[in-house]
Amino acid sequence: MPATSYLALAAILFCIGLYGVLTKRNAVIVLFSIELMLNAANLNLVAFSKFGLHADISGQIFSLFSITVAAAEAAVGIAILIALYRRRQTVDVDRFDTMRG
Amino acid sequence: MNLSGEFFAFLIFSLMAIGGAVFMISFTRVVHMALAMAFTFLSLAGMYVLLNAEFVAVVQVLIYTGAVTILMLFGIMLTRHRDEEREDGRRWHRLLSFVGVTAFGLILLLTIWRLPFPESEADPASYTVQRLGEIVFRHYVIPFELTSVLLLVALVGAVILAKREGQS
Repeated sequence: MPATSYLALAAILFCIGLYGVLTKRNAVIVLFSIELMLNAANLNLVAFSKFGLHADISGQIFSLFSITVAAAEAAVGIAILIALYRRRQTVDVDRFDTMRG
Repeated sequence: MNLSGEFFAFLIFSLMAIGGAVFMISFTRVVHMALAMAFTFLSLAGMYVLLNAEFVAVVQVLIYTGAVTILMLFGIMLTRHRDEEREDGRRWHRLLSFVGVTAFGLILLLTIWRLPFPESEADPASYTVQRLGEIVFRHYVIPFELTSVLLLVALVGAVILAKREGQS
């Protein structure tokens, strides 16, 4: 398979995740869409570890680090969400507008 | 285009990934969205196997389809999960988002399509787990330790954030 097909798949997944971030109202789903975008970036990293001029195994190591950071981000995000839900009794991102100017 | 087994595997896995993501966007029940997302993560692990990254594929299954999906399911269950996505008075917002994201995606795809990409391919025989471990623990040992500190900080931070505040 040529490298462009993997890059195109990653671009499509990234766009779907971006659409989810922009339109969904449930904060858990917004977090999920962010995870989808991170996964698309990981797919690019792994694809470039196989294809390209300087193909190297470092791409896989970068994706491992990025998966670790994404897991930490998901844990902290869910913790913040639960704290917010306890205070506001909602997970609707449109209702979290205390800092609106 | 040669019809090899790799081509069919790529076709099936990419259809699964995009299908899961699209279902995630179009479902209305939140739990169904989480399950569709787990499907997408699983098919991405298959994609990593196609790219000779077996260890990353196993990590993807463990972390994403295992841990992150279950964490999100906990988040869904601990908050109000019986709500369905409502469609009230945000049609312009959705339309604008759709148009913008579609334009962005088309630009991205066009750029990828026109990219002069070398046909060179790395030797997959050198992509072993042993070599991965050697590079992580020799060349990237300081980022590795920093990552462990980051995980510890995230663990403590998540516990403190989610803990019920004192009875004051």
